[in-house]
Amino acid sequence: MKVDASNPLWRFRGITSTAMLFFAYLYLPIVILIALSFNENRLATIWTGFTTDWYVAALSNDDMLRAAKNSLVIAISATVIATIAATLAAMGMSRGRFRGETGVSAILALPLLVPEVVTAIATLLFFVAIGIKLGLVTIIIAHTVFCIPFAYLPIRARIEGMDPSLREAANDLYANEWQAFRRVTLPLLWPGILSGAMLSFIISLDDFVISYFVGGAGATTLPIYIFGMIRIGITPEVNAISAMMLLVSIVFVSISFIIDRIRY
Amino acid sequence: MGKLFRSKRFWLIAPAVVYIAFFMAVPLMQMAYVSVLERGDYGGGNLGAFSFDAYVNFLFERDLMDNLVLNTDYIQIFVRSFGLSAMTMVFALLLGFPTAFYISMQSQGRRNFLIFLVTIPFWTNILVRNYAWMLLLRNGGLIDGVLNWAGIETGGLDILYTPYAVSIGLTYTYLPFMVLPIYASLEKLDHRLVEAAFDLGADKRRAMKRVILPLAAPGIAAGCILVFIPCLGAYVTPELLGGGKFMMIANLIGSQFGAARNWPFGAGLGFVLLALVLIAMLAYSLKFKSLPEEKI
Repeated sequence: MKVDASNPLWRFRGITSTAMLFFAYLYLPIVILIALSFNENRLATIWTGFTTDWYVAALSNDDMLRAAKNSLVIAISATVIATIAATLAAMGMSRGRFRGETGVSAILALPLLVPEVVTAIATLLFFVAIGIKLGLVTIIIAHTVFCIPFAYLPIRARIEGMDPSLREAANDLYANEWQAFRRVTLPLLWPGILSGAMLSFIISLDDFVISYFVGGAGATTLPIYIFGMIRIGITPEVNAISAMMLLVSIVFVSISFIIDRIRY
Repeated sequence: MGKLFRSKRFWLIAPAVVYIAFFMAVPLMQMAYVSVLERGDYGGGNLGAFSFDAYVNFLFERDLMDNLVLNTDYIQIFVRSFGLSAMTMVFALLLGFPTAFYISMQSQGRRNFLIFLVTIPFWTNILVRNYAWMLLLRNGGLIDGVLNWAGIETGGLDILYTPYAVSIGLTYTYLPFMVLPIYASLEKLDHRLVEAAFDLGADKRRAMKRVILPLAAPGIAAGCILVFIPCLGAYVTPELLGGGKFMMIANLIGSQFGAARNWPFGAGLGFVLLALVLIAMLAYSLKFKSLPEEKI
């Protein structure tokens, strides 16, 4: 819609105030959490002074660091596998329509449709049935599944916006399939691939429900560790870890958003 | 078939599709199979012969005389889940539609920025977001503190670990899913149609009701489904903000794989939840000829 907002006809009562309320509701908890993570007071209700002690405590907590390392290993592995599979699939899907396309699209979207808890228990039952020991490997396999659509969507969108005549020109100029991909498609596609990879990474790093069910006892990820700490009680250390997780997500999504807007 | 395997395209698409089919579609089918098995003697992964126990258990329990008696415990959890999800959907719509409308009337640059602001919380950790609400809602927490400071004696707010807290948390968690599809349909709306309504003497209420809302209907319906469906399967929010006291469907499913150790029953519940989701998606796609996800 392109409207002249200064025209009083377009001023509907309550619209602006509801939008303000909406953004306050969306961001107040995040702002409060970050503020409290710097609060000196252990009870975290009254502000008694600025400190970074809780961050120091969190970052020297070995259990937390081990969980963070597990999360990183999982997120990086799942992202690499998912991004490669998604890039290939997006290139395959882009070359005009074919029979069975709807079915293929449905399979690629399946992880987005099924409720997380259902995916979690179905995957757990499957791993138990085929006899793989639950741990880091099972989490990586399960994460890769739901990372594929998150990587696929931005890559696919990028390909859709690409001029097909560029690739045809490369072929006309005697580039073979690999050269055309390497010199023409990839340079145009990389913002989509990078953006998709970053979204997969963040979705994997943040996942709790699926890791919780398919992880078994040995593989504690950062969200599982945080869940355990929240269960015990609210502490300033949890505030600090939570604030760091928020920051990582926000930075990654912002970068992905900026990359996505790079022009062809 | 030979032609298929020789096509380059097949080999490009196959890895992703085979991966998802093998590690997701097959497990879902297996889950349906487990749901019609008997619970083994030791529970857990110990499974028995073919039986519809899981589905019978949902409605009935056996009394001491081995007769089936109606048991409404599980139905209550389903009713509560539907109630909370419906409530969340209404709250999200009341907040989300005006916001989407507001965003759609801004300049291009401002619009992109505001939409970016709407999507950020979606990408942040769900535990952290719900934890932030624990900080706000608990007794002696921020809201309690502010009310006391303003001279309103709350004597402890007592809202954390109630269905209200769960509802606030669910609305917070799924709100972006309401705004994005509504915004997408409002953005495409031809403003001249609204102006034509004004020129023909419609007042604002009438223009909203007769022109804007009908044209935004596919977006509104998509938003409602995209909020309602994940709400129905919410696990973290009832666990944290409900303190485990107000189970929703997902928590009941989870508990069958934890303390209750009744995997066939858990699988059966999972299958029912999946069926509900697919029916809602199917209904939407029959009416609007696309999937609700495509509206984002």
